[in-house]
Amino acid sequence: MELKSRVPDGPVAEKWEKHKFDMKLVNPANKRKYTVIVVGSGLAGASAAASMSELGYNVKNFCFQDSPRRAHSIAAQGGINAAKNYPNDGDSVWRLFYDTVKGGDFRSREANVYRLAQVSVNIIDQCVAQGVPFAREYGGLLANRSFGGAQVSRTFYARGQTGQQLLLGAYQALEKEIARGGVTMYPRTEMLDLIIVNGRARGIVVRNLVTGKIESHIADAVVLGTGGYGNVFFLSTNAKGSNVTAAWRAHKRGAAFANPCYTQIHPTCIPVSGDHQSKLTLMSESLRNDGRVWVPKKAGDTRPPNQIPDAERDYYLERKYPSFGNLSPRDIASRAAKEVCDEGRGVGPGGRGVYLDFADAIKRLGREQIAERYGNLFEMYERITDENPYEVPMRIYPAVHYTMGGLWVDYNLMSTIPGLHVIGEANFSDHGANRLGASALMQGLADGYFIIPLTIGDYLGSNKLAPVSPDHPDVKAAEAEVVERTMRLLSINGKRSVTSFHRELGKIMWEYCGMARSADGLKHALQEIPKLREEFWRNLTIPGSGEELNQSLEHAGRVADFFELAELMCLDALHREESCGGHFRVEHQTPDGEARRNDEKFAYVAAWEYRGDGQAPVLHKEPLEFENVHLATRSYK
Amino acid sequence: MNLILHVWRQAGAGTAGRFERYEARDVSADMSFLEMLDVVNEGLIAGGQEPIAFDHDCREGICGMCGMMINGVAHGPMTMTTTCQLHMRSFSDGDELWIEPWRARAFHVVKDLVVDRSAFDRIIQAGGFVSVNTGAPQDANAIPVPKQVADDAMDAAACIGCGACVAACPNGSASLFTAAKISHLGLLPQGQPERYRRALKMAAQMDLEDFGHCTLFGECQEACPKGISIDFIARMNHDYLRAAASEREEKKLAGTG
Amino acid sequence: MTWLVNLYRSTIGKKIIMAVTGLIGIAFVIGHMIGNLQAFVGQDRFDAYAAFLHGPFAEALWVVRVVLVVAVVLHVLMAWQLTQRARAARPVGYRKREPQVSTWASRTMRWGGVLLFVFIVFHILHFTVGAIDPAGVFHNTDAMGRHDSYGDVVASFRIWWVSAFYIVAMAFLGLHLYHGAWSSLRTLGVAHPSEHPMKRRISAVIAIVVWLGFTLVPLGVIAGIVH
Ligand SMILES: Cc1cc2nc3c(=O)[nH]c(=O)nc-3n(C[C@H](O)[C@H](O)[C@H](O)COP(=O)(O)OP(=O)(O)OC[C@H]3O[C@@H](n4cnc5c(N)ncnc54)[C@H](O)[C@@H]3O)c2cc1C
Ligand code: HEM
Ligand code: HEM
Ligand code: SF4
Ligand code: F3S
Ligand code: FES
Repeated sequence: MELKSRVPDGPVAEKWEKHKFDMKLVNPANKRKYTVIVVGSGLAGASAAASMSELGYNVKNFCFQDSPRRAHSIAAQGGINAAKNYPNDGDSVWRLFYDTVKGGDFRSREANVYRLAQVSVNIIDQCVAQGVPFAREYGGLLANRSFGGAQVSRTFYARGQTGQQLLLGAYQALEKEIARGGVTMYPRTEMLDLIIVNGRARGIVVRNLVTGKIESHIADAVVLGTGGYGNVFFLSTNAKGSNVTAAWRAHKRGAAFANPCYTQIHPTCIPVSGDHQSKLTLMSESLRNDGRVWVPKKAGDTRPPNQIPDAERDYYLERKYPSFGNLSPRDIASRAAKEVCDEGRGVGPGGRGVYLDFADAIKRLGREQIAERYGNLFEMYERITDENPYEVPMRIYPAVHYTMGGLWVDYNLMSTIPGLHVIGEANFSDHGANRLGASALMQGLADGYFIIPLTIGDYLGSNKLAPVSPDHPDVKAAEAEVVERTMRLLSINGKRSVTSFHRELGKIMWEYCGMARSADGLKHALQEIPKLREEFWRNLTIPGSGEELNQSLEHAGRVADFFELAELMCLDALHREESCGGHFRVEHQTPDGEARRNDEKFAYVAAWEYRGDGQAPVLHKEPLEFENVHLATRSYK
Repeated sequence: MNLILHVWRQAGAGTAGRFERYEARDVSADMSFLEMLDVVNEGLIAGGQEPIAFDHDCREGICGMCGMMINGVAHGPMTMTTTCQLHMRSFSDGDELWIEPWRARAFHVVKDLVVDRSAFDRIIQAGGFVSVNTGAPQDANAIPVPKQVADDAMDAAACIGCGACVAACPNGSASLFTAAKISHLGLLPQGQPERYRRALKMAAQMDLEDFGHCTLFGECQEACPKGISIDFIARMNHDYLRAAASEREEKKLAGTG
Repeated sequence: MTWLVNLYRSTIGKKIIMAVTGLIGIAFVIGHMIGNLQAFVGQDRFDAYAAFLHGPFAEALWVVRVVLVVAVVLHVLMAWQLTQRARAARPVGYRKREPQVSTWASRTMRWGGVLLFVFIVFHILHFTVGAIDPAGVFHNTDAMGRHDSYGDVVASFRIWWVSAFYIVAMAFLGLHLYHGAWSSLRTLGVAHPSEHPMKRRISAVIAIVVWLGFTLVPLGVIAGIVH
């Protein structure tokens, strides 16, 4: 396997323009002769499917929800970045590029990030034209806010529902194309394998989740926009259905999986309330603009928060990071919370929580101002916890939120399998080892609206693709494998439910491959995971049949893949002997507990090649060069 | 707390369904309604029975995937709340709950509490968009939108497409859903060129999907987890009437081009 | 004309027809109520009023009658069709159902409407045609030789079941308008958006005025104020 990043020559600011000119074009009349499969209808998938259909390609779009509008992107609250510089506060494409590379802790590809910053501007124009109701000022122009510790206000938002509104924009464009006949939509359909013919991605095998029918779809190219795999931890802020299956099956068919260990942990989530917990809810990061984070100074202090005097509180973020304080980046804030809880100073049931206190802000700004800013978040918090944050400090704890790793792609967003393209959170993305707030939406839409519609043309235009018949032996073989695997899952007839396995796997991952990782822990996890996986395949039970809507079966297939992914994540985390961004190795920290990168040895993308079940995966390295943003240690002190 | 559940079980679209009685034991007040069902399901699986199928995904009240009638109320007793965000502290020990799927001709039951809401997608396909292709539109700030207008549009755009409005409406009407989208786009300057055409087409699709009409019962607004106002229904009717009356002109215009 | 046909075929169009015909009904009812209240002034005034309608404006009265008949026919036809549609829209009902905010008025539009229909037919046969003549005074004339409407009204309402029927029907008319006066403006899309869209002050006033205005006449007769 060779990792050819195909980054165009020239200065970083001119690469994309130049590349657009150099790429092959497909004659408009010929476009409708090509069929492109897009798996996923999130921001990335829906925007890609709609845009490619607009260009004239035949598009088939798949999602497992009952409607494309429900993809997980819908849940994003905070906002989307763009280098518009409307507030005139010194923002520019260059600054967004710079911030993203630095925020990603120097583990991303400069050329991609620059392009992302460049097209960010077009995204906002496009979305506004579609009718996305972004927040506005009284003058009628778009409002911006600063988000996630950025020094400029470049975040566009639509109340607390930015992801929803952006997705509805893309979804509506998609529905427009469905009505026109350019896109055929397959909801409640799950991709279970990738079809490779003559070394190229030529289709997918899917299961109709309502009828259980397993069938193949043939195409000239396949695009995966299937989202992230945070649910490998069982508890995460991701939607319950989010999974790695599509990406993982592609990986097993030859697509390299890059940086699987880079996981973003979000510091402001509502803590776990009990064993029944099925997912974690994110409280918008914007809360940290006015809330102060603290824990009692004394371990085991169980007094109610309002009885703990100020002198006995530890505002640890303000103490440790005086310049950024409560607004320190996500990874830093998360780890700091874990540390104080590990010291026994955590609050709430189970001691896994810290306070986010608005008392001072309410004193300073008045309850009304706070209600205006965070009213709906407070309400949501109260609904879940039954505590009123106007009176009692909120309790928060970090939770898995985003996965920077994913399938490796080149500058054209093509994986190591020719014809298989990967967009959105599913690829190893432009965020390096850590993603800045409000940039995932940006990346998904950049990939979908502005990049893949062009680069797909380059692929289709520069390759001769012979027609593939649905009866082709490779197609039939892939289909047979899916059928066999489904039957195997159904016929285990053991005792334990899928959820119980998933929860246990999640615990292992959270414990050993979560916020702080150690070689010992990871090695331990690498022993535990195969054991549990073995039990899974022996002792699982799935009631019902494969010929109907069977949610346990769907879940089982996803968990089976999570097991395999989990191992690769631990392996990757173990091999990366440094701390960077969302990957923190306890062995690699400064005396005062800060992450210590090792640029000499690890300034590369770790792309893993699958070599067969039971075989060790092979590591390939794409070296990263920083010509424009110079390697420096992040400091938020 | 302990609860008694009567849950609608139905194997598939064409088959007959029935209520099954289950006991939910040791339910914690901190559980969400769906987590309570998860626990019941784990019990069913342990007993070799098929778990209750219900749709869900985000469990944050935003994807619109979840939804069921709980004691005759769509999304249960708490207002402005989806089923996934409803917590068990809204109930008390010994309560008996009747849990049914959304009922409407347009939403057939797929299995148990899972229904087919694809009619909503087809209503959007009929015109719930701005016909603008990806490309290089003008700068986002080229058309100022008064804050009030943007806020009103956002109020309408907040619809999550859950279908509770249809479920709660005694007429099985999709008016609130359709009106929300017509209003969202119809309020914004970007949606003006297609405003009347959109109203006409989306309302026509709503009829084709066999939804009922709107008597203005107002139940939909109360059931709606996003608090979409029935005022938008008035707005839809207004646009529809204007559109119908000017249909002739539009045809003439279209004929020349 | 295709647009009219299309409008007629659509549910929103049918609802618009209901609203327009309903508003015509409201206008008529209010006028009619004011006319009826003349009864409290006395026989002469009442009969003169009736004669006046039949006299110089006889042609106009026919126009009004035609409009009313068309309105009632359309209103009832649309009510029927929409009700059938709404029933079909939910073939399997809920086992349990808890209305949350819909008013009793809105939920009785259909059965109340049926009652109103029966009432209107009865009423016309009673006071206009005379086919139903419970008091046996329809063909009487007053001192001036006019048709004695007043005497008919008074004599009829002295019969308990006639009064009772009228009073019940008027209650349903009030309810019908409590919902209808409010909802028709929304059907026509002319209502202004409001913080509390379910609030309906004007509609409540119309409903109460119409209900009281009509009910006062039989009550007045029973109480002996109108005699
Ligand atoms: C709670 C929360 C808040 C967030 N807030 C922000 C924010 O404010 N700003 C920001 O920039 N980012 C935010 N993010 C991150 C961001 O939302 C996601 O990274 C992004 O939306 C991912 O988009 P996507 O299109 O790549 O994938 P998704 O939206 O996850 O879509 C995946 C799609 O793939 C389909 N799919 C998956 N597997 C299969 C399969 N096997 N077969 C068929 N279909 C399949 C699904 O049906 C779905 O349509 C947030 C994330 C979370 C969890
Ligand atoms: C003749 C017998 C009548 C019947 C069967 C009848 C039936 C109905 C029904 C079923 C509705 C509700 C329609 C819906 O589902 O939305 C309705 C609405 C209405 N009715 Fe009647 N009605 C009758 C008489 C009247 C009269 C006499 C008036 C006026 C004085 C009237 C005024 C209205 C109005 C204003 C509405 C509201 C229309 C809307 O919501 O847009 N109706 N009627
Ligand atoms: C207490 C209540 C009412 C009284 C006393 C009353 C009285 C009368 C009288 C005396 C007439 C005959 C007028 C004439 O032909 O000279 C009449 C006609 C009529 N009334 Fe009423 N009425 C009452 C309520 C109503 C209501 C509620 C309605 C409608 C819903 C109504 C509808 C009509 C109609 C349609 C006619 C026929 C008008 C015509 O074409 O001549 N009435 N009423
Ligand atoms: S209008 Fe409200 S109830 Fe209806 S689909 Fe939208 S969010 Fe759900
Ligand atoms: S409940 Fe139904 S009747 Fe209209 S106001 Fe709502 S759609
Ligand atoms: S599961 Fe998404 S709204 Fe309830």
